Amino acid sequence: MFNRDRWQEIFQTISKNKLRTFLSGFTVALGIFIFVILFGLGNGLKNTFESFFLNDATNLIWVYRGRTSMPYKGFKSNRQIEFKNDDIADIKYNFGMYMDYISPGINRNQKIKYKNEYNNYSIQAIAPGYQFAEKVYLMEGRFINEDDTQNQEKYTVIGRLVRDDLFGKKSPLGEYVDVGGSMFKVIGVFQDDGGDNEERRIYIPYTTRQLMDKNTDKLDQFVIGFKPEIGYTGAMMFEEKLRQFLKDKHQIHPDDRRGIFIRNVADNLQQNQQFASVLQIIVTFVGLGTLMAGIIGISNIMVFVVKERTKELGIRKALGATPRSVIAMILQESIFITTIAGYIGLFAGILILNSLGVTLEDYFIKNPYIDMQTGIFATVILIIFGAIAGYIPARRAARIKPIVALRDE
Amino acid sequence: MIEVKDIHKSYKMGQNSLKVLKGINLNINEGELVAIMGSSGSGKSTLLNILGMLDEAETGEYILDGVLIKNLNETKAAHYRNKFLGFVFQSFNLINYKTAAENVALPLYYQKTNRKERQEKALAYLQKVGLGEWAGHLPSEMSGGQKQRVAIARALAAAPKVLLADEPTGALDTKTSYEVMDLIQQINDEGKTILIVTHEEDIANMCKRIVRLKDGVIIEDVKVEQVRAAQYVQ
Ligand SMILES: Nc1ncnc2c1ncn2[C@@H]1O[C@H](COP(=O)(O)OP(=O)(O)OP(=O)(O)O)[C@@H](O)[C@H]1O
Ligand SMILES: [Mg+2]
Repeated sequence: MFNRDRWQEIFQTISKNKLRTFLSGFTVALGIFIFVILFGLGNGLKNTFESFFLNDATNLIWVYRGRTSMPYKGFKSNRQIEFKNDDIADIKYNFGMYMDYISPGINRNQKIKYKNEYNNYSIQAIAPGYQFAEKVYLMEGRFINEDDTQNQEKYTVIGRLVRDDLFGKKSPLGEYVDVGGSMFKVIGVFQDDGGDNEERRIYIPYTTRQLMDKNTDKLDQFVIGFKPEIGYTGAMMFEEKLRQFLKDKHQIHPDDRRGIFIRNVADNLQQNQQFASVLQIIVTFVGLGTLMAGIIGISNIMVFVVKERTKELGIRKALGATPRSVIAMILQESIFITTIAGYIGLFAGILILNSLGVTLEDYFIKNPYIDMQTGIFATVILIIFGAIAGYIPARRAARIKPIVALRDE
Repeated sequence: MIEVKDIHKSYKMGQNSLKVLKGINLNINEGELVAIMGSSGSGKSTLLNILGMLDEAETGEYILDGVLIKNLNETKAAHYRNKFLGFVFQSFNLINYKTAAENVALPLYYQKTNRKERQEKALAYLQKVGLGEWAGHLPSEMSGGQKQRVAIARALAAAPKVLLADEPTGALDTKTSYEVMDLIQQINDEGKTILIVTHEEDIANMCKRIVRLKDGVIIEDVKVEQVRAAQYVQ
């Protein structure tokens, strides 16, 4: 393998037979390149999916309200259900043992202004538990706490992009922003993996929002973080009991599928994880398919290469080349070319993937990448199979009687 | 040097088999220069290929330099070819992407001679055939006669016991043929055993012995007065 003479012989055949070298090198490089690109795009698709569904806490039950679709206990159909503060108290009282936290939510879109900068943002009035539900990470300052909700403080925690829009690079902590006519003090800045939309919002205490809305006690929705240890079945049971309780409390017909909507993330999670693994399987299959195509390509080329060299091999044998040295020469040459070409394809692919970056986010491909291990593994696989594919025709060529090989034109 | 006893060879063509050699007996001593003649299809090349271990006889005995050549595997055959035999073909059979010097050095590579010695020897043999200046040229840049002389240099490079040439002048004009024969005679003068397959009487007469084949048997085997090629070459 490390025989300098043999390497010189190989370098010579490689450099003097450029078309042949190019053909086999190109096939391998292309195979790996396509593999890397497809695998990377597949990963990008998976990333998008995960950022859609898997970036919030997974122990959540969301409760929304709607209009009834059945008359019940003297109420007409099509009645708008209202949530109030006592719903929180009741849920805490009845289901406290299942829960880590509960946060109501009241969402508005309003103009937010700081000095001359302003824009419309989503304003979410929430309780402290919401931080865990949305998996909000604080970059600066703190989140809304119990005291803030208790005292109806005009405090706000703003998203990273809101800060960028309104404050530029300067720290907004302690500054006052105008939210729909009231001045709120910025006490924190947060980050959220859920994408730009979730960083283009601000949080305020829900009690403060109620105060601004003429001191109402109405709420839009809740999110409940249940204790993870109750598990999937526990969560499903909790969901069912909660549904019955709320229907009963708000006088909704037991069979009415409207009025109250509950979204159980535990249930979604299971489906989403299944979907994610289906995606993973597709990505893997596409990758394997490309590799197979690459292997078939290199095999064909090896057959062609050996065929083309039949006469030369006959001459070499007449001059005293042993079958072993013939096989070794062909294999070493092919392994050398596939290795170089494979790594060229690998790095070209990685380069392209990196340069794609965010440009494909509109096509649901986020941060496409391939980990080095997978890339190198694929390259090595192709090299090994390329060698095996080369070995078969090489061995056949080595076995041809020199007289037959010499007659080849 | 070469002892051949009752060699038979036939080619299978579908159902029927074509008998090409039907019992060849031949002894060739060291230093002989033998022409093998015969009409087309008489089995000259077949015999030469068997002597060159490029092909195998079906029955019979072949002893080369005291070694019985029988049931050789390819690896053994490769070693023997490399050690005992040098080939010159009608169509030269140079490797087209290698220079003259590299072509000549190739048998030495398979003898595992080191690089420096290979280069020196290759150059020496090229000078011997009068092509020292052409060492760095590709076969495509040379005339037929030059190519054949490179091929002869290559055949000699590994210092074989026997030189086998199948119509070495077949692709050359008369003048060039005589130049090549002159070279072959010089090599023979130095004591090398040489077998030449040829169609041409004048080429055959430049050898020391003529063996005539017809339909796979030797019909004549005579010593001749050698005509020197040098007199035709300026
Ligand atoms: N590989 C082969 N398969 C079948 N028949 C063959 C093969 N090689 C040679 N022959 C046949 O064997 C016979 C002898 O062939 P050979 O090449 O030895 O003839 P030759 O005397 O060298 O003729 P030429 O002067 O034309 O070169 C011919 O009839 C030829 O057709
Ligand atoms: Mg012939």
